[in-house]
Amino acid sequence: MVVPLHHIIAIASLLFSIGVLGVLFRRNAIIVFMSIEIMLNAVNLAFVAFSNYHGNVHGQVFVFFTMTLAAAEVAVGLAIIISLFRNLQTSDITEIHNLKN
Amino acid sequence: MTWLDINSTLPELIILATALLLLMLEVLSTPPRNSFIWVALAGMGLSLASVLGTPLSGNYYGNMIALSTFTRFIDVITIALVMCTFLFSAPYLRRTLEERGEYYALILFAAVGMMLMAKAHDLTMTFLGLELLSVPLYILAGFYRNRISSNEASIKYLLLGAFSTGFFLFGIALIYGSIGSTNYDIIQQAIVNGQELSRGLTLAGFALLLIGFAFKVALAPFHMYAPDVYQGAPTAITAFLSTGPKVAAFAALLKLVIVVFAVTTRHWWGVMWLLSVLTMTVGNVTALVQDNLKRMLAFSGVAHAGYLAIGILVGTSDGAFGLLFYLAIYSVTTLVAFGLVALVEREQEDGLEVSSYRGLAQKNPFIAAAFALALLSLAGFPPTAGFTAKFFVFNSAVEAGYIWLVIIAVINSLISVYYYLRPVVAMYMREPEDDRRVTLPPITVPALVLLVLVALGLGIMPFTLVQSGVSAAASLF
Repeated sequence: MVVPLHHIIAIASLLFSIGVLGVLFRRNAIIVFMSIEIMLNAVNLAFVAFSNYHGNVHGQVFVFFTMTLAAAEVAVGLAIIISLFRNLQTSDITEIHNLKN
Repeated sequence: MTWLDINSTLPELIILATALLLLMLEVLSTPPRNSFIWVALAGMGLSLASVLGTPLSGNYYGNMIALSTFTRFIDVITIALVMCTFLFSAPYLRRTLEERGEYYALILFAAVGMMLMAKAHDLTMTFLGLELLSVPLYILAGFYRNRISSNEASIKYLLLGAFSTGFFLFGIALIYGSIGSTNYDIIQQAIVNGQELSRGLTLAGFALLLIGFAFKVALAPFHMYAPDVYQGAPTAITAFLSTGPKVAAFAALLKLVIVVFAVTTRHWWGVMWLLSVLTMTVGNVTALVQDNLKRMLAFSGVAHAGYLAIGILVGTSDGAFGLLFYLAIYSVTTLVAFGLVALVEREQEDGLEVSSYRGLAQKNPFIAAAFALALLSLAGFPPTAGFTAKFFVFNSAVEAGYIWLVIIAVINSLISVYYYLRPVVAMYMREPEDDRRVTLPPITVPALVLLVLVALGLGIMPFTLVQSGVSAAASLF
């Protein structure tokens, strides 16, 4: 059975929206970070589906780059969250508001 | 991959080699590491020589990158910005903590990202350049691990930067889905000939790309992170943060709009118009009430992104030239202004309020004069280059028929005079409150000379840059 393109794109869009909502409404920095990962994986799904539809590999190659970036961002991001936690003993982003005029 | 390909990215390869060398030296040497700045500067100097020495043009790496006068123009701006950042960083680092090899290496990696973004001829490359620029900056914003403000700047920049990357990538995915390729030429051909899956899908992709770019250059309403990040980051890094990503992202967006999406202008010009007006108004009005110099200059940067967006909107070769000229002037003046703030600032991020600048002209006339020149140029007073740059951009917009946009922009420039003059008045017309000395480290003198050459020299004799700007803009079409 071949799954039609628009079904996969609908799922990818849904995943992307879940990720966006997670970033906007969750307060824990780690959960926000996970939501961003969901967004990136939604993009990967869309790339693979389109790649299959067009019959070329550009989209699949792009997925490798996206995954590399996601890994790099996680490495940097978790380090930043840890150094933040060491100083403030919290990872709640709504409690980080020392910079104001 | 041939030798010609490698030759075409020689400036980037030299910078990468310097960055790796610095990382090795960091491991092998013991503090103090005062000589690292010279290694970094030498690498950038070599890179500049190779940019000017190999005037290649054409497409390389299987159409992934395209070289032209335009990319050379952006390369030179990038190298100038990075060198000035180094000059202001060395005294800042020596005052606050020892010099570290990775500090310079990370800036060098970001510089490679900037140069690749302008050269990109494929959305894959644009994306990789953008991330190579962004990820080192997330780290640099949080470089002072024990400062809470630095942590806060870093986490905010990281979360919003990664969030905007998601939009950017989804945009690329939709464009790829609609056309079946990420190459600029193929996308452009497909749009012109209507060989898309659907026009709506392509435009939705472009809209998402635009959101990604708007985050990077801090266009309202996507600018919310900018003041906090610029204020919290180490001041020498703020200087680079407020200019580097703007130069690279505006260059990439300009190329994308002119080379690929020019035929769809009627679908998106209204959005760009609104973004531009909103950005300059929000930036200028909010800057009026700021007391902290870093925050004020951050909002000034937001306002200038609004003026720069006019150049994108116009889309003619005059508009492209205006944008490139404006980018060169804005980036150098803003970078040096932040650099001078770093020199005046005291330990523990004290001395950033306008009141700390009272009587600075008596304490150190050179710093006061340079800071006043940078601020007057940002405000657009004649005969500074800020005025010339605004003239070129606004003039191209009038010729393209955006009269109201220019009227709003001129009103905004008038509003901005108020907050740019406040520090100038404090420096020259008030008595100093304390007898703390402010010294000018000799190493920063070349950066001040560059400021005078750009802000004053190009204001009086703009034609020296006009020629290369015009040919850079023409090479896009």
